[in-house]
Amino acid sequence: MSTAAPHALADVTASDSTLRRFLHGLPGVDAVGLEARAASLGTRSIKTTAKAYAIDLAISMVDLTTLEGADTPGKVRALGAKAVRPDPTDRTAPATAAVCVYPDMVATAKAAVAGSPVKVASVATAFPAGRAPLAVKLADVREAVAAGADEIDMVIDRGAFLAGDYLKVHDEIVAVKEACGTAARLKVIFETGELSTYDNIRRASWLGMLAGADFIKTSTGKVAVNATPANTLLMLEAVRDFRAQTGVQIGVKPAGGIRTTKDAIKFLVVVNETVGEDWLDNHWFRFGASSLLNDLLMQRQKLATGRYSGPDYVTVD
Amino acid sequence: MSDKSEQQRLSVFKTYKLYVGGKFPRSESGRVYEVTTRTSAAGAAGKDKWLANAPLSSRKDARDAVVAARKAFGGWSGATAYNRGQILYRVAEMLEGRKSQFVHEVADAEGLSKSKAAAQVEATIDRWVWYAGWTDKIAQVVGGPNPVAGPYFNISSPEPTGVVAVLAPQESSFLGLVSVLAPVIATGNTAVVIASERSPLPALSLGEVLATSDVPGGVVNVLSGRTAEIAAPLAAHQDVNAIDLAGADDVLAKELEIAAADNLKRVLRPQPVDDWSAMPGTDRMTAFLETKTVWHPTGSLGASGSSY
Repeated sequence: MSTAAPHALADVTASDSTLRRFLHGLPGVDAVGLEARAASLGTRSIKTTAKAYAIDLAISMVDLTTLEGADTPGKVRALGAKAVRPDPTDRTAPATAAVCVYPDMVATAKAAVAGSPVKVASVATAFPAGRAPLAVKLADVREAVAAGADEIDMVIDRGAFLAGDYLKVHDEIVAVKEACGTAARLKVIFETGELSTYDNIRRASWLGMLAGADFIKTSTGKVAVNATPANTLLMLEAVRDFRAQTGVQIGVKPAGGIRTTKDAIKFLVVVNETVGEDWLDNHWFRFGASSLLNDLLMQRQKLATGRYSGPDYVTVD
Repeated sequence: MSDKSEQQRLSVFKTYKLYVGGKFPRSESGRVYEVTTRTSAAGAAGKDKWLANAPLSSRKDARDAVVAARKAFGGWSGATAYNRGQILYRVAEMLEGRKSQFVHEVADAEGLSKSKAAAQVEATIDRWVWYAGWTDKIAQVVGGPNPVAGPYFNISSPEPTGVVAVLAPQESSFLGLVSVLAPVIATGNTAVVIASERSPLPALSLGEVLATSDVPGGVVNVLSGRTAEIAAPLAAHQDVNAIDLAGADDVLAKELEIAAADNLKRVLRPQPVDDWSAMPGTDRMTAFLETKTVWHPTGSLGASGSSY
């Protein structure tokens, strides 16, 4: 049994039964209402100066990601250079928040972004499936932190979660948080596409926050359904309610499937309307994406020149 | 059914829509404009008969069309020339089956008698067939081995330019349209076409034919609306490789040519065409081809005089 943050809800993690009672006591999600709300927030028209602001904010929130078996040191270095200076032809374009790589690439990435504010995030804990013994997951995390990772993106054990073994999931997050120490912020990935219901996403959000996550993240980007405005809205409501009850602010990171500037701006509207300006900062909100950045840059060039840009004018990852 | 009930039947009006990326969207802007018949006498008196509302495309429709055309380019340019020829011939087959509809639309659009409109449509179908035949022959006419003074094979082959914006002729709503569109796609380019501003209906109906002729979505994208409004963002677009100004007047053509210079687009200036039914030649195909030339060492010649 372990204790996470010393906040007002600390006692609910005291035992399996209290945790279960708390998570199942959360109000059910009105799925139709949630999707309608998310859809209605997606209809806002963001133009001209507001659009320019949103594009720069979105660029500064991107966790530029490469999570392929074929990643080479050269590709990671190229990605780092792009994160530091996304548009080499325009120095006013902000840097991205972080690069996100596998643990064995952390040192390479760290060197590539040295001297810039860009952070290095590493997925760990047997990403993306999370199917490995706890000792292996913790070793994975420690290696990444030792190599210099500023942020760790862990996956929860969806099998245990779906089987109802909430305390196991909780204790695993607590153990990973300990392994991160003070050096790295912890993002907890729920893989919402595998959790089946909105009720489960709400429970997982609270479970992650109770266990000490610094960020809650929708997906790995490796399954069919990734971040959607609806599941991100639901998680934003959870962090809003959690701060109201405990005073602790938690970040949110939608990841996977966000490819266009239009999509990104819709997410920013959802953030602003749900949790407010406190979260409109890359310390509290991130986009896990790779192709999104190029579309943001092309839209940025369009605003600057008045001409539609094309993929010939941004770097290929 | 009695005669009376047939008389009472309300006719079903057609909602003309754009053809972009293999789909039939309305204009993103939600705007439409009135399309009327062009009958010379009544037109002068301002008594044109209303035909339909056509979508009034915006620059965002143009942008979406370019994205669709770019996406389709790899597949279409990579298809064998023979396959492209089969598909274009298929377009002619589909047109033949819908001839009466097009005769009707062309007659209304251009103020022609039924027989003259029928002649136009037949010439149009024949033009598709003609260009369908050219797909796998153009390379033999404008490419091939070159004589060089050295131990090299030197071979040139034509390759498609890329995404081509096409301003269809304003007067000839169907034959003119196909005469500028078919040569662009026959060689493997993909196209964004702006239909004749006053008479866009045959072009929009052509989209329905293309959608059912195995032409991959995005290879041809048809926009209707104000030519000047849609052409300006296309001419300035950094991801458009060439522009055919057939439907632009002198003033507009000059503006568009200046805008197109920014990313070194190929520009085909408007050329006066009196009779679109005349044999076109290969100029409109070669205007949107790039020549790739390969040098390959022959190696030392063997005793037979050949290294192979």
